[in-house]
Order: sequence, then structure tokens, then C-alpha cells
Amino acid sequence: MIKSELIAKIAEANPHLYHRDVERIVSTIFDEITSALARGDRVELRGFGAFSVKERPARTGRNPRTGDQVDVAEKRVPYFKTGKDLRERLNK
Amino acid sequence: MSHKTLTRADLTEAVYEEVGLSRNESAALVEAVLGEISDCLVDGENVKISSFGSFLVRQKNGRMGRNPKTGDEVPIDPRRVLVFRPSQVMKDRIND
Repeated sequence: MIKSELIAKIAEANPHLYHRDVERIVSTIFDEITSALARGDRVELRGFGAFSVKERPARTGRNPRTGDQVDVAEKRVPYFKTGKDLRERLNK
Repeated sequence: MSHKTLTRADLTEAVYEEVGLSRNESAALVEAVLGEISDCLVDGENVKISSFGSFLVRQKNGRMGRNPKTGDEVPIDPRRVLVFRPSQVMKDRIND
């Protein structure tokens, strides 16, 4: 499923809403999660899962082709942990 | 860095402020979005949200694990796990 299909499903279940409002609603939800992570906040959605940001320290890497050493700057990466309910539903 | 945690209530509030719906209806829509994504994944279908990321269902084989405390061997059943792969847009926004 891609975003437009998700929007279509929500729109179908809510015929009283304008399609463009459903688009705004879906986009708002994902934008809000991304903005929170960009601020370094956590997003916890019980039953679904939790998004957080992990810090990766700077390290010296290697170019796998040439074997040259390269400095890799520290960075922050988003991380998702599946919620308990969803994890259990995946394995029923 | 802050240590705030956002919840469904914050997403509901954002939807409420964005579109002229009641808080109750906004909450129901947040739930509907999470529900649709979950249902799709449970059906074994991946979910890709452009400029956000992809939720992928992976099949893991069973294997022998070990209790790290006691050293006992414990069988781990085959299972399905969910992985989230952030989009480049999200990675860039987090590292700005």
C-alpha cells in the first residue's frame, strides 16, 4: 500500500469528508511525527509502535572498494520499535 | 535536546488544528490511519509512505537461541517482524 491508497481507503470510509481534507489529515499525521523526531522527541503510539532517534557517534569508516579510511561524522537516525499488539497480530 | 514524547493526543490536536473537524472525529481519523496501516501489514503487505518511510514485513526463520544469563539453549520459532526504513527526506530532516 502506498500513501495515495491509504488516503483513498480513509476517504472511502468517510464519504462526508472532502478528498483534499483527507489528504491533509494523512499528511499532517506523518509531518507531525517527522517534526517531532527532527526536534529529538519520541513518538509513542501504543499498540502500533514507537519512533525515536538514535545517535550514531562519529567513526572512521573505510571505502570498501579502495580500502581508504574515511571520516564519518556523527549522525542521528530514526528508529521504529513495533508495538506489542501489532507484533502479536503479525504472528497469529 | 528535549525529551518530550508525543502521543495520539498530540497527533489528534494537530489534525484538529489543520482541518475544521471536532476533536472526537480527529481522534477517530488518527486511529483509522494507524488501523489501516496495521491491517495491511498483518495481511503481509508492505506500506510505503512517500517522503516518510516504508514499513516492511520480514519473515524470520526459526533458530536455536541461548539464554544469555544461564547459557541454556532455547528454540526461537519462525516469526514475522516489522522493520521501518526511513525515507531520505526524513533522514535529512533529522540531521539538519
